[in-house]
Amino acid sequence: MPYLLNTPDDKNEMLKSIGASSIDDLFSNIPESVRLKRPLDIPKALTEIELTRHIDRLANSNLSADSAVCFLGGGSYDHFIPAVVDMVASRSEFYTAYTPYQAEASQGSLQAFYEFQTMISQLTAMDISNSSLYEAGSGLAEAILMAMSVTGRMGKVLVAESVHPEYRLSFTTYLANLEPTVVTVSCPEGKICLNDLASKLDETVSCVIVQHPNFFGNLEEVEEIAKLVHSKGALFIVAYDPISLGILKKPGDYDADIAVAEGQCLGNPMIYGGPYLGLLSCKEAFVRKIPGRLVGQTVDRKGKRCWVLTLQTREQHIRREKATSNICTNQGLFALRAAVFLAAIGPKGLTETAELCFRKAHFLMDLLCKIPGVKPKFNLPFFKEFTIELPCNAQMVINSLIEDGILAGLSQGRWSKDLANVMTIAVTEKRTRSELENYAAAFGAAVTAASSQEKSKALKS
Amino acid sequence: MDKSQSTGLLFEISHKGRRCHLLPDCDVPTKTSAELLDKKYLSNDPTHLPEMAEIDIVRHFVNLSTKNMAIDCNFYPLGSCTMKYNPKRHERLGSLSGLAHVHPLQDDQTCQGMLEILWEMQNYLAEIAGLDGVSLQPAAGAQGELTALLVAAAYFRDKKEKRTKVLIPDSAHGTNPASAAIAGFDTITIKSNARGRVDMEDLISKIDSQTAVFMITNPNTLGLFDEQIVQITELIHKAGGLVYLDGANMNAILGITRPGDFGADMMHYNVHKTFTGPHGAGGPGSGPIAVRKQLIPFLPAPLIIKTTEGFKLDYDRPKSIGRVRSFFGNVGILLRGYFYIRTLGPDGLKQVSQNAVLNANYLLSLVKEAFDVPHGDRCMHEFVASARTLRRDKKISAMDIGKRLLDYGYHAPTVYFPLVVSEAMMMEPTETESKETLDHFAKTLIKIRDEDADFLHDAPHTLDISRPDEVKAAKEPMLRWKK
Ligand SMILES: Cc1ncc(COP(=O)(O)O)c(C=O)c1O
Repeated sequence: MPYLLNTPDDKNEMLKSIGASSIDDLFSNIPESVRLKRPLDIPKALTEIELTRHIDRLANSNLSADSAVCFLGGGSYDHFIPAVVDMVASRSEFYTAYTPYQAEASQGSLQAFYEFQTMISQLTAMDISNSSLYEAGSGLAEAILMAMSVTGRMGKVLVAESVHPEYRLSFTTYLANLEPTVVTVSCPEGKICLNDLASKLDETVSCVIVQHPNFFGNLEEVEEIAKLVHSKGALFIVAYDPISLGILKKPGDYDADIAVAEGQCLGNPMIYGGPYLGLLSCKEAFVRKIPGRLVGQTVDRKGKRCWVLTLQTREQHIRREKATSNICTNQGLFALRAAVFLAAIGPKGLTETAELCFRKAHFLMDLLCKIPGVKPKFNLPFFKEFTIELPCNAQMVINSLIEDGILAGLSQGRWSKDLANVMTIAVTEKRTRSELENYAAAFGAAVTAASSQEKSKALKS
Repeated sequence: MDKSQSTGLLFEISHKGRRCHLLPDCDVPTKTSAELLDKKYLSNDPTHLPEMAEIDIVRHFVNLSTKNMAIDCNFYPLGSCTMKYNPKRHERLGSLSGLAHVHPLQDDQTCQGMLEILWEMQNYLAEIAGLDGVSLQPAAGAQGELTALLVAAAYFRDKKEKRTKVLIPDSAHGTNPASAAIAGFDTITIKSNARGRVDMEDLISKIDSQTAVFMITNPNTLGLFDEQIVQITELIHKAGGLVYLDGANMNAILGITRPGDFGADMMHYNVHKTFTGPHGAGGPGSGPIAVRKQLIPFLPAPLIIKTTEGFKLDYDRPKSIGRVRSFFGNVGILLRGYFYIRTLGPDGLKQVSQNAVLNANYLLSLVKEAFDVPHGDRCMHEFVASARTLRRDKKISAMDIGKRLLDYGYHAPTVYFPLVVSEAMMMEPTETESKETLDHFAKTLIKIRDEDADFLHDAPHTLDISRPDEVKAAKEPMLRWKK
C-alpha cells in the first residue's frame, strides 16, 4: 500500500508498547452495532501507472482553454500565467506547510502574505487587505456581514442587478436566516439606475454592492454611486476586476469602503471554478471588523523584524460564535501565487495587460457588430468583456462554435429567460488578431446558420 | 550558509525600471483606452507595485521558502490538522491542462471527463459517509458547516417547524459556533465529562423542542471516539432534531464506521486533511458535505447527475438553499482527493485509519510516562497531552515545549486547543510517519522536558527569528508595508 510505512514487525512492536493485542483492539470504543462489516463500495486501488492512464483519458476528453480558444469570462478568465508563478508555488516548503500558527517556523509564508496584503492594498489604493477569503461570492457575503457590524444597520442590503448572478445568490444564501433583506436595484440600461438606487437608499441600509466593470462588462458610475451611498451613511462595497486596475480608477480613488474581487485572474488556473481566491480590502477604520486572517509586522525578542498572524481575537478559534467570520482555512497558496504574479507583472506589465485586453476586446466587438443582425446590447463603455445582441439564440451559436474549437462566450439566457439572444464575451491579452478574426468569421457563419434554422423551425410550426 | 539574499520586502528590493513579465506589442489597430474612455474612468496614478527582474523574484521566494517548516522537510504532528504526506502524483495530475484549464461556465458537453470525476467523487464521499447525497460546493470545512446548517434551517422551514438552537460540545472547534451564528441559530454549549465525552446529563437537560441541530466531532477533538454516540443520536432524533458530524477527524474511521451508520444526518469532510489536499500554508481546502435523503432537496445547486446523454450539472432544484460561493467548488483539491481515493481503494483507506490510530497510540505509549495525558492511555488518530504538571512544578508551558521542538526540526503540536484541557498539546502523527520518526520525536520530547526552564522560555534558539512580540503586533497593527 503506498504511503504507509509500518511493516508487520513494526506493528507488532508498536502494539506491544501500547499493550494492545491487535489493531482491532484499538477500535474497541466503537460500538459493534455501528461498525462497517463489509469493504467500502469504491473501486479497487490503482497504481500510479494505472491512475495516470485513467486521468489522462478523462482530462483529454475535456475541451480546455489550451485545446480551444477561450472567450468565456464571467469571473474566470484565460489570462496568461508566467512560469515563475508555478515554480514558486511548487516549492514544497510553501505548499506542504500548514497555516502559519508557529511564526518562528513560518516566516517564509508570513512574509509572502504580508507582501500579498501590501500589493492588494497598493493595487486597490485601499488602506488594508486581509490575507484571502475563499472567492468573490462568499467574499462579498463577508463584506456585507462586516458592513452590518460597522454600521449597526440590520435593515436592507442593496445590490445592483448587474452584479454577477452567482455572487448575488451566494450572499443572499449566507444572509437567508439573518435580519437584513437583500433588495435589488434595477439596471435596465446595463448599469445601475441611479434614480432607483436613490429611491431605495435610506437610513436602514448597511451597504450597497456594485460590480465594476459589471457582469455585462459595462463600467458603472462609481463616483456618483459612492457619493449617493455615503449621503445616507451606508457603506459602498465594490466588486472589481484586478486586471482592470491597470487602467481604471482604483476603489480607493472613488472612496469605496470595502473592495472585494475574484483573484483568479492573478496567476491562477481556471480549473473548473476553484480553488480561486477572494480579495478583501477596506478602510483602516474597520480593521477590527475585518474577516479572515491578517499578517502583521512586529519584532522578535532580539528586535529583529518579523511577521505573525495578528488581531486573532476577531477570529472563530478565539471568539467562537461572536467571531467576525467563520472562516478558518483560507486560500493561502493562491494568495502566494497572486503575490508572485503581481511581482512578476509589475506596474507597467499590469497596465500593458489591461490595455491589451481593452483594445482587443474593442477590436472584436467592432468585428462582431459588422455581422448583420449583431449589435451591442448596451451603448456603454466597457473594459475586457462586452455584451452583444444576436438575431438568433445565443446558445445555438455557442454550441456550433464548439465544433470550430472555440469556447465562444456566455449566453445570458442561462440566467435570464428574456436574454436568450444576448451573449457576453471576454477577451484577454492572450488572444491574437488572427484568433479574433477567425472567431468573427466563424461567429458570422454560426449566426447565419442559427438564424435560418430558427426561421425554418418557425415556418414548420 | 546564509539564505537571506533578496529576502528584504519586495518593496525594498524593487528597482525602478526592472521588468519580469513582458507583453507582446498590440497587434490590433483599435484606439487606446485613453482615446476611447472618458477621463473620469481612468486612473491618473500608476499602480504602486514592485518592479522586479525574474531572478530577483525567484531568489526572493525560494529563499523565503527555506524559512518554513513543511511536511516535505519535517515531522508535523499538528493535532486536528492531519498533516499527512502529499503524494507527488497529485500535483502532476492536477495540473494537466485538460483539467487545470477548464472554464467553470463551459457547457457540460465540453467537459464530460471533469464531470465524470466529480460525479464519482460525489458517490465515493456518500459511500464513505454512509449518507445519501453530497454537495462538493463548500470551499473548506467551515463553509461546509455553514452550508449544512443552512440546509437544516431550510428543512425545518419546509416542515414549518421553528427550531432556533444548535447544541455544541465545549470541546468543539471554533468554526462550529461561528458557523451556527451566521446560519441564524442560537448556540448552546454542552459540557464534556471527566472522560472527555459528552456529558449526557447536561445534554439531556438542554434538548428541547427548539433543538434544531446537535453538532458533534467524533472522534472528538480529544482524539476519543464517543461511544455514547448511538444513544446521543437517538435522543436528538426523538426530539425532532438533526445530528451534524464535524468530519475533521475522519482519518480515524475510514471504512471502519460511517457517520450515517452511527446516526449523523449531515457532515462535512476536510478533503485537505483526510484526503491529503496539501495545506498550502493556510489553504485552499475543500469542505464537501454529505446528507441523509430527506435533506437532499435543500443542498446547494448544482449537483452532478448522470443521464442517458452524459453527465450534467443539475440546477433544477426548487427547494435548494441556493449557493454559498460562485462556480462549482474547490475542484483542484477535490481532484486530489479523488486521486487519493482511487490510489488507495477500499482496503487502502481502511489501512490508512488503522495505521493512523496505531501511530497515535504508539506515540501516546511513548510519552505518557513523561507528560500528563488527562483522558486515558488509548486514543484514536490523535491525543491531547498536557504540560500542566510541568507548568506547576517547573514553570514550563506547552508553548515552551512547542517552541523548543522547532529547534529540533519538529513542528509543534497544536497547543492550547481544545480549550477544555489546560496546557494542551494535541498530537496527531498520521499514518504516513514511520516508527523511527515517532521514536525520535518522543525521545526529543522527553529530553526537552528535562531541559532548563529559562532556556525553554527563550526557545527557539536556532531559527531565523526568536519569539515574536505578538502584543505589539496587535496593539499597533502594521498590516502592510508603507513608504
Ligand atoms: C475539528 C475541526 N472542525 C472544523 C475545522 C474547520 O475546517 P476548515 O479549516 O477546513 O474550514 C477544523 C480545521 O481547521 C477542525 O480541526
